[in-house]
Amino acid sequence: MYATDHHDLGTPESPGAATVTVEIDGRPVTVAAGTSLMRAAALAGTDIPKLCATDTLKAFGSCRLCLVEIEGRKGTPASCTTEVAPGMKIRTDSAQLRKLRRNVVELYVSEHPLDCDGCPADGHCELQDAAAATGVTDSRYSRAAAAAEAPCDSSNPYFVFDPSLCIVCSRCLRACDETQGTFALTIDGRGLASRVVASQDDGFLASECVSCGACVEACPTAALHEKPLAGGRVDRSVVTTCGYCGVGCSLNAELDGDEVLRMVPARAGKANQGHACVKGRFAWGYATHPDRVQRPMIRAKITDPWREVSWEEAFRHTAGEFRRIQSTHGRDSVGGITSSRCTNEETFLVQKLVRAALGSNNVDTCARVCHSPTGYGLKHTLGESAGTQAFTSVMQADVILVIGASPTDGHPVFASQLKRRLRQGAKLIVVDPRAIDLVRTPHIEAAHHLQLRPGTNVAVVNALAHVVVTEGLVRENYVAARCEPESWRAWRDFVAAPRNSPEAMEPVTGVPAAAIRAAARLYAAGPNSAIYYGLGVTEHSQGTTMVMGIANLAMATGNLGREGVGVNPLRGQNNVQGSCDMGSFPHEFSGYRHVSDAPTRALFEAAWGVPLASEPGLRIPNMFEAALDGSFRALYIQGEDFVQSDPNTAHVVSALSAMECVVVQDLFLNETARYAHVFLPGSSFLEKDGTFTNAERRISRVRKVKEPLAGLADWEITQRLAQALGYDMHYAHPADIMAEIARLTPTFRGVTYAKLDALGSIQWPCNDKAPEGTPTMHVGEFVRGKGKFYLTEYVPTSERSNDRYPLLLTTGRILSQYNVGAQTRRTANLAWHREDRLEIHPDDAETRGIRDNDWVGITSRAGETVMRADLTARVTRGVVYTTFHFPESGANLVTTENSDWATNCPEYKVTAVQVVKVLQPDDWKARIAAQRAERRRAPAPAGG
Amino acid sequence: MNVDHLVTMANEIAAFFDAEADKQKAAEQVANHLNRFWEPRMRAAIKAHVAAGGAGLAPLARRAVELARS
Repeated sequence: MYATDHHDLGTPESPGAATVTVEIDGRPVTVAAGTSLMRAAALAGTDIPKLCATDTLKAFGSCRLCLVEIEGRKGTPASCTTEVAPGMKIRTDSAQLRKLRRNVVELYVSEHPLDCDGCPADGHCELQDAAAATGVTDSRYSRAAAAAEAPCDSSNPYFVFDPSLCIVCSRCLRACDETQGTFALTIDGRGLASRVVASQDDGFLASECVSCGACVEACPTAALHEKPLAGGRVDRSVVTTCGYCGVGCSLNAELDGDEVLRMVPARAGKANQGHACVKGRFAWGYATHPDRVQRPMIRAKITDPWREVSWEEAFRHTAGEFRRIQSTHGRDSVGGITSSRCTNEETFLVQKLVRAALGSNNVDTCARVCHSPTGYGLKHTLGESAGTQAFTSVMQADVILVIGASPTDGHPVFASQLKRRLRQGAKLIVVDPRAIDLVRTPHIEAAHHLQLRPGTNVAVVNALAHVVVTEGLVRENYVAARCEPESWRAWRDFVAAPRNSPEAMEPVTGVPAAAIRAAARLYAAGPNSAIYYGLGVTEHSQGTTMVMGIANLAMATGNLGREGVGVNPLRGQNNVQGSCDMGSFPHEFSGYRHVSDAPTRALFEAAWGVPLASEPGLRIPNMFEAALDGSFRALYIQGEDFVQSDPNTAHVVSALSAMECVVVQDLFLNETARYAHVFLPGSSFLEKDGTFTNAERRISRVRKVKEPLAGLADWEITQRLAQALGYDMHYAHPADIMAEIARLTPTFRGVTYAKLDALGSIQWPCNDKAPEGTPTMHVGEFVRGKGKFYLTEYVPTSERSNDRYPLLLTTGRILSQYNVGAQTRRTANLAWHREDRLEIHPDDAETRGIRDNDWVGITSRAGETVMRADLTARVTRGVVYTTFHFPESGANLVTTENSDWATNCPEYKVTAVQVVKVLQPDDWKARIAAQRAERRRAPAPAGG
Repeated sequence: MNVDHLVTMANEIAAFFDAEADKQKAAEQVANHLNRFWEPRMRAAIKAHVAAGGAGLAPLARRAVELARS
């Protein structure tokens, strides 16, 4: 069932630029060439009855309800599959058409009686509408027993399939094919025995279905319907933005009073184009989970029990502690962390609190541990710390290079669009140590999978560039016109050196030289080649070098500055881009302007009414180091769980334990809260107003659906804390905060809530030169002027396998869970993934006596953990892989403190480990738990 | 600050800029990075380490630390 306020035009919009004029029921109608008669009629205000047609799917022509008459043509063609032609005269209503349609509907009703009372789709059922339009209330035909007796499939935790309500219109399986690209559904049987089945009739949960919900939405009846619809009626809807990944899907929250009944992707959503995934569409139940903390809490020591207090006491206590610590240990002994899960307005306020109210630049963000190398690398090469394209640009790409990302897991809605383009014929190159789903999936096979050893990205990108330069594949005119000649010559000579050839690098990367050469030729040939990359690029000791290497490759081949090309970081969390834009890094103000820049600082000082520090502050890992030496003692953490998400848990715990006042603002008592002295209950994305900025720089509104459970939205909490610190901060609404952001940030200069409401969303830069935003960056010239090539020498990571730790562990995400799992673990998504598991190649498992599902112990230089094994050839010999969604699995107990040279982004993707079979996992768990408890009793810091 | 970690970080920064043929320019680029991204107490700690002999620092990193702001 579509959004309750949706008007379906029957078939998709035609991309044709030319127009055609026809006559429908005597009235002239002009539409784009290629438009169906059904859509033309709908655009003219006449809805032709239909069942199998919908404007999200290609016309199918099976229900025979949308028949029309065309002057000069025999018969009654289906209006969904017949395109307009110049001068065509169409009649949508006649006695003959009414008779035909009535008979068609009677046949449907014979299989699907109009017993509508209590049906979840009552009032929004398209068969009900068709019956009303044709005057059918009953059927002359008898019902086949098969349909009436088919059992319901309730295996999926979020929706029901009731075959007795199914009219076998195929909209569900076409949605699965065309919209989602999973091809999990089919029609089994023939004639009256036809029925929809998932995979090999496995039931929805056990099938290949990824629970995106596109089928449920496309169903014209209640055969597929969301379970909550059985218990309530939608009485209002609010358009907001998903709180999960960096795709930033626009969603209609449909409510019964204040209770969310379902989320339906907004058709007008420019990021998601009317699609959603299992997380955004279904996994929002965490917002009302009983684990939500609803009262502020404080305690003197982390070993004390929590004590609930009023908001006033919590703010007074926290402000008092921060001021006490600053007066004793100096202004820079405190800091704050902004959250990439919170809104732009909220992150802006946290960094403002730290810089203006606390007088320090010790502010950082959780983007530190994911995409900080993207900001540094793209700023230096191209001039802006952001991806270059809109998501829709991928539909113009001829060659798509995916590096260190698994879009079907991490960015599933974009992945659906990407797969659509690949099914149209674009070529795919995957660079990944693991065979991600895209390598081979229905109707898609990568032209090249460069299955490199973890930690050798830079060697691969240099080898690709070597081929481009030495085989004459450079776009010389582009480089000459748009790039710095000196840096170009130096880079050209550097990558052309024999040491960077695919043959020389093959022993390092493990990738056959011939495959590198073929992939480089394909990428350079384009003509439109686009790069999409993820944390498999950034979370390395050479993460920034690799981002620069990617930008170098794109510049050399002329693949920047137009649609279909570009360098596109796939951001992990909903507002990673935004939190970085808002000045969350310790060295820069909003809009990526360094704190040492006097004119910029003067601008902020005038606006904020206080002098501001000109030196960079501490980054997150530096804060931990400073905590351990006693010079950093208080930290305000908004929406971040260091203890679970950051590497080398033991080190993080020691640092937190050494602080005197740790403040955690979150929905739940997360792992980090174990080491906190103050807990401030935060608000979910449903409980506040604001904006998120997605991976394509798209600013979208977050709209309050219900009141905050604990009484205050996150921006209000920060504001109240600033006031308690004695700083004058008074905003009546997040729109006021955005107004300040726009005044102080050139790339946001033209952004207002009114414009966001009018346009739906805006891609920054949005200013006088681009009042409605900028879908494609670097058109004509780069933001920095001339593009700059950087020399990207491959420097092996110090984290290497050896006899003691012979395997390389790399980490990632799975579709149904999200990051540290704080949200998704509190939803029915557990049905798909209840624990983190270790993927290990069958050969590596065999030599260790490990069988599928065995418990295995994983040991590294940093620590140890235990989990179950999955034997799979998705990973190569010598490589193991796990996710990090569950605290009990402790994936980050084993990752090390290695980090990117430029940004200190942790090297999560390479950890040398040993894996052994474990017969007594409880012994391991007990030992690890004891180690954790011991760390909680960490000694006071030196000098304390 | 743990000076061993600072030494490792400085050496890694230097390893990137070491690709620059003009070593004076490379040292200035490393120093510029330290000025722009290292908090003053980190720079103070690494400078103190250099003053104490600078054990473990690569030559380029050491030169850069000398050039960096206090």
